[in-house]
Amino acid sequence: MKIGIPRTLTYYAYKPLWETFFQDLGCEIVVSEKTSKGILDKGVEFAVNDACIPIKLFHGHVHNIGNRADFIFVPRLINLTGEKTVTYCPKFLGLTDMVRASMPDLPPLLDFRIDLREKWKARRREYERLGCLLGMSPGRIGHAFRSAKRALRSYRRRLSHGNDPERAVAELREHTGIPSLPSRPITLAVVGYPYLLYDDFVNAGLMTKLYNMGIRILTPEMVPERQLLIKAKGLPKDLFWTFSNQVVRSAIYYIDDSRVDGIIHVTAFGCGPDSMVGKLIELEAKQRGVPYVLISLDEHTGEAGILTRLEAFVDMLRYRRGEL
Amino acid sequence: MRVTFPHMGSSPIAFKMLIEKLGHEPVMPLRPSENTLSLGSHYAPEFACIPFKILLGTYLEALERGAEMIITSGGMGPCRAGYYGVLHEKILRDLGFDVEFVVLEPPQKKTMDFLRKLRRITRGKSLSVVWDALSTCWQKLRVLDYIDELSYEIRPRELEKNETTRVLEECYQIIDSAWTREEIRESRVECEKRLRAIRTDKTKNPLKVGIIGEIYVVLEPAANFDIQRMLGDMGVLARRSIYLADWTKNNTFFKGEDHIKKAAKPYLAELVGGHGTLSVGNTVLYSREGYDGVIQLAPFACIPEIVSKSILGKVARDLDIPVLTLFIDEQTGKAGIKTRLEAFVDLMHSRRKIRREALV
Repeated sequence: MKIGIPRTLTYYAYKPLWETFFQDLGCEIVVSEKTSKGILDKGVEFAVNDACIPIKLFHGHVHNIGNRADFIFVPRLINLTGEKTVTYCPKFLGLTDMVRASMPDLPPLLDFRIDLREKWKARRREYERLGCLLGMSPGRIGHAFRSAKRALRSYRRRLSHGNDPERAVAELREHTGIPSLPSRPITLAVVGYPYLLYDDFVNAGLMTKLYNMGIRILTPEMVPERQLLIKAKGLPKDLFWTFSNQVVRSAIYYIDDSRVDGIIHVTAFGCGPDSMVGKLIELEAKQRGVPYVLISLDEHTGEAGILTRLEAFVDMLRYRRGEL
Repeated sequence: MRVTFPHMGSSPIAFKMLIEKLGHEPVMPLRPSENTLSLGSHYAPEFACIPFKILLGTYLEALERGAEMIITSGGMGPCRAGYYGVLHEKILRDLGFDVEFVVLEPPQKKTMDFLRKLRRITRGKSLSVVWDALSTCWQKLRVLDYIDELSYEIRPRELEKNETTRVLEECYQIIDSAWTREEIRESRVECEKRLRAIRTDKTKNPLKVGIIGEIYVVLEPAANFDIQRMLGDMGVLARRSIYLADWTKNNTFFKGEDHIKKAAKPYLAELVGGHGTLSVGNTVLYSREGYDGVIQLAPFACIPEIVSKSILGKVARDLDIPVLTLFIDEQTGKAGIKTRLEAFVDLMHSRRKIRREALV
């Protein structure tokens, strides 16, 4: 049995969890190819034209695995923290229905929905239901679920040490070290959603460019969970979206952090939650005098444009340090 | 204290009375104009939706005219409208305004918070005064909704152009001057009498259109170029799915939207915040009730409405009902909207004609 998993959105946050789970159950996994122009074009073709680029890409990735898999795994994540008013972005909540309504001739979608606000054990139950749907025995499902959770834990540990997801997975296999840097590197906090930061096509190689410029990069995943919760108390009201909360809280953590020279906020054109997130970070950074730049990505983002902006920003930071 | 609040359709008439009864001086929000929008867009984040920008502009205009307190509503997500209050306050503070900002959260979710804020507004007033103010305000909102709805029923059949609009303006003044419970009741009777006195073509069977979408652009004529009146002038009966009083009731202690959510279920099984799920459900209901078409109104980049738009295509195909989606942003012009409406009305006319011929 072949299960198709689109390589975008929540994939970057939960990939080892799902991959291990399905592999342990003896299913074959088909992950869509890395984002490319072709995938993007297909996404633009199928998705509603007002959607943001990540949603269009999701349609493209689903199309990419459409004829290679028996089932397509479209997770509907509602709430994974138990906080009463926090969910994922409304577009994520309606994603399954959007794909179903706008893409004809797909293999069946695997319905999967987790909402921890409803039941405490909702997560485990949902995996059990998913396993039963695939015709597995409870014992086997339980085993797969446990090893999936273990894989996710170690993946997160690696992310928190500053490895991007591709490298984190490579490390799981090879146990290689972190790349070396100049002695006093410029340190930038790059905040944004995992599906923008870790998709090299969408962000036009932003992370790689920064690596090559000899810059130390800090990501939201590198902030300890406990610190995020402490920073949350500084906000008058929590945002309603899991990823956005992570971004805002980690941005505030880095603004307070004296090691950080500047903040880069990466966002997608037309992202609803980010219109709120961006302004919050901007006002906060302005108040503390921390340099801040917003990089907005869309279908037409080009490498040269991104590079120019990054270089200008880094030059400005070097000037502030007196290195220029 | 000089108090202001957002402008939404005809509701300021009711909130004005509420604030006066609580012993404050209302700074009436101006009907949003181009100036309001450009003022708001200047200080708002680029991708904030249009209600955010209009509200920010409204507040800035009111602050210029001496407002000291802003009262607005909150929300619990996942639509970003629930976070407006926080961000508006931060932006206004950043601009150097020292204004008291009261964001009323849904009372059933944050009861203590709601009561504390209510206390702040009603400082020093007896419970009976507060109760009278709140209940008459509610009564007025219901009367306004009723009169608005009636005007939309009558306008497409009026014999003399613009008469309904003229009478409606008179009605607003009558309702505005009503103060006690008894007077409000009388104003409703009087307004209804005047509206019903408009000479109409009783034999006409106008096209029926349902208007769905995001609450602010549906309710605020300045944001949607007065689409319901525009359709009425074209001889189309336009009903909308959202009324302020009903919506407030359904989203506090009473649950009244279950049948709509049930209708949406085959297409959209999840609550996506805002009015996304209701838009899908209402389209299904409108098609069952034999409407000729549905118009979806939403601000540009509205998250829930994008979800429903991508599903509405399938709903429209399955149920054979035309749906026109209008996303509104700073660049939208009245002429553009009007052209699209005219084309849509033509389409509905010809569909009716084809059906009639098929019957014969």
